[in-house]
Amino acid sequence: MEAIVVKNITKTYGKGKKTDGTLAVDNVSFTVGKGELFGLIGPDGAGKTSIFRMLTTLLVPDSGSATVDGHDIVSDFRQIRSTVGYMPGKFSLYQDLTIEENLNFFATVFGTTIEENYHLIRDIYVQIEPFKTRRAGKLSGGMKQKLALCCALIHKPTTLFLDEPTTGVDPVSRKEFWEMLKRLKAQDITIIVSTPYMDEAALCDRIALIQGGKILSIDTPQRIVQSYPEQLFAVKANEMYRLLQALENYPGILRSYAFGEYAHATFRDPDFKTDDLEAYLTGQGLTSVRIEAIEATIEDSFIKLLN
Amino acid sequence: MRTLRFLLRKEFRQIFRDKAIVSLIFFMPMVQLILMPLAADYEVRNINLAVVDHDKSSYSQKLISKVVASGYFRLAGYNQSFKEAFGLIESDEADLILEIPQDFERNLIREDKQKLFVAVNAINGTKANLGGAYLGSIIADFNAGIRMQLVRPPKFSTFPVIEVVASNWFNPVLNYKVFIVPGILAILVTMVGGFLSALNIVREKEIGTIEQINVTPIKKHIFILGKLIPFWVLANIVFTIGLILARFVYGIVPVGSLLVLYLFIAIYLLTVLGFGLLVSTFCDTQQQAMFIMFFFMMLFILLGGLFTSIDSMPDWAKVITRFNPVRYMIEVMRMVILKGSGLMDVLPHLGIVSLMAVVLNGWAILNYKKTN
Repeated sequence: MEAIVVKNITKTYGKGKKTDGTLAVDNVSFTVGKGELFGLIGPDGAGKTSIFRMLTTLLVPDSGSATVDGHDIVSDFRQIRSTVGYMPGKFSLYQDLTIEENLNFFATVFGTTIEENYHLIRDIYVQIEPFKTRRAGKLSGGMKQKLALCCALIHKPTTLFLDEPTTGVDPVSRKEFWEMLKRLKAQDITIIVSTPYMDEAALCDRIALIQGGKILSIDTPQRIVQSYPEQLFAVKANEMYRLLQALENYPGILRSYAFGEYAHATFRDPDFKTDDLEAYLTGQGLTSVRIEAIEATIEDSFIKLLN
Repeated sequence: MRTLRFLLRKEFRQIFRDKAIVSLIFFMPMVQLILMPLAADYEVRNINLAVVDHDKSSYSQKLISKVVASGYFRLAGYNQSFKEAFGLIESDEADLILEIPQDFERNLIREDKQKLFVAVNAINGTKANLGGAYLGSIIADFNAGIRMQLVRPPKFSTFPVIEVVASNWFNPVLNYKVFIVPGILAILVTMVGGFLSALNIVREKEIGTIEQINVTPIKKHIFILGKLIPFWVLANIVFTIGLILARFVYGIVPVGSLLVLYLFIAIYLLTVLGFGLLVSTFCDTQQQAMFIMFFFMMLFILLGGLFTSIDSMPDWAKVITRFNPVRYMIEVMRMVILKGSGLMDVLPHLGIVSLMAVVLNGWAILNYKKTN
């Protein structure tokens, strides 16, 4: 069964008589299965938050329709509000209430108690419980995220919307956070998460790559990576800038771009020989040239789709 | 109901956790109520008077001492010539010049009439006006005193005289404080209720907590009630403190029933809080809300009849005051506290304010959108 069905939704901001406005979400369709961990991957301003706000009934789409657990996001917004959990990108709990008071508040608002659904949040809550009398505003970034997740979970939602939950969180906490998501998935909660980090994409069951309000591709991370059409090479040399210039001017080049300390490149010729390139690069005056054939990552796929 | 109870508990917790706000809510009105009525006084005192006495007779001495003894005037100079006295006006040391001509006493007795010259510095209009009037009435009084001594009045007045004697009701000694304190109290309650409620929802918007609230199944009217009630309670407390201060600092005891007063304030606060909430639904930042509230508060206060009488406003301004809830509050405060008006007397006010409360709160609820 599908937990979320999105059909051709479009949203434009600030549409007036004189201006066309900003097209934030452009004819987007996708579905998310029950119990699936679905990722919306895209750069800032891609339209991820707008999609989230529409699915959580905070924003009405201009056109198109969507359902969450079979409830329409416009006509059945009441049911959706009581069954979904939403964690906005910006920390939005009461900074002047303590951890415990925040959690208690959100439990009451949803007509439940902490005790009733404690099993859902136990793993996360035990980590912040020692500080439960501390005000939320005084918590560290990672602890805030954990508290926000607890508050979004306390009413046992069927679907959990997490908008950039790991932005601004340290790498260790990020890793922990994704482990928590996996455990929640085991509880049969549908999770839809957005992130600008490509490395997190690989942790989702399926991902949608979005850019400029449009979905570029939807598939499992493995298949997105496998469908990368060409063999990818990582090239390294003593001078990055000149290496990139040299690669761009290489006759058989298809795509080349900087990727960390390497430059990633693909070539038109299927029988491409690394020796030829090495000779070319050395001829350009570059030293300590290294070329390796590598597996494409999500980021490589994303860059390919963008061009 | 359980949700509302919990919302209220949360609001109170947040309010009382912010120590600065709590002390402001209670401390600020007290200071204002103690300072403002003492300072903002309409009675003009300490008018600086320069006297040019060309006569130097016992009568002129009597007149001068009578003027100074009235308590309104301070003798700023006793000059030889008008020119000299005018110098005092130019250097702002004197507000009035009283010039007594030569042969003042002689002419007064012999010719039965005399002229005095009064020059007024009219830069401060109120002071000049009142000063001139005070001086005029003191001189008239002095004149009447002399007549009594000099002329033996006939048994029957040769021509009929209508003497007008005013008797001041409800504020017999014309104590300005009695008049202003209830008005200031009305303003303070309005400020506390209006500003706090306006800023509160906007704050939730600014911090982003409203986003989290909006995806919950909380109903709009429950949420708004949760915001209204705490400030309603706080404003009532401020009002009570104000009444106590008025009693013990100014000795103002409400003549009318406290019950009527509290009934009116209960409804009136709903209007004020509704207004604050309405403003908050239109604003996205606390700055915007603050400015809008400030704009309206100024209008409400200046067109509320606190400092200037509504009766003496131009007709178009009178029309505006009809839409000013503060006006009704100030009127009812004065009616009940000073005149002892009962429920029936304030019923029209109560009706209008109730209508405003319904309109403003209804509008606020409609305008508070969980979705956009």
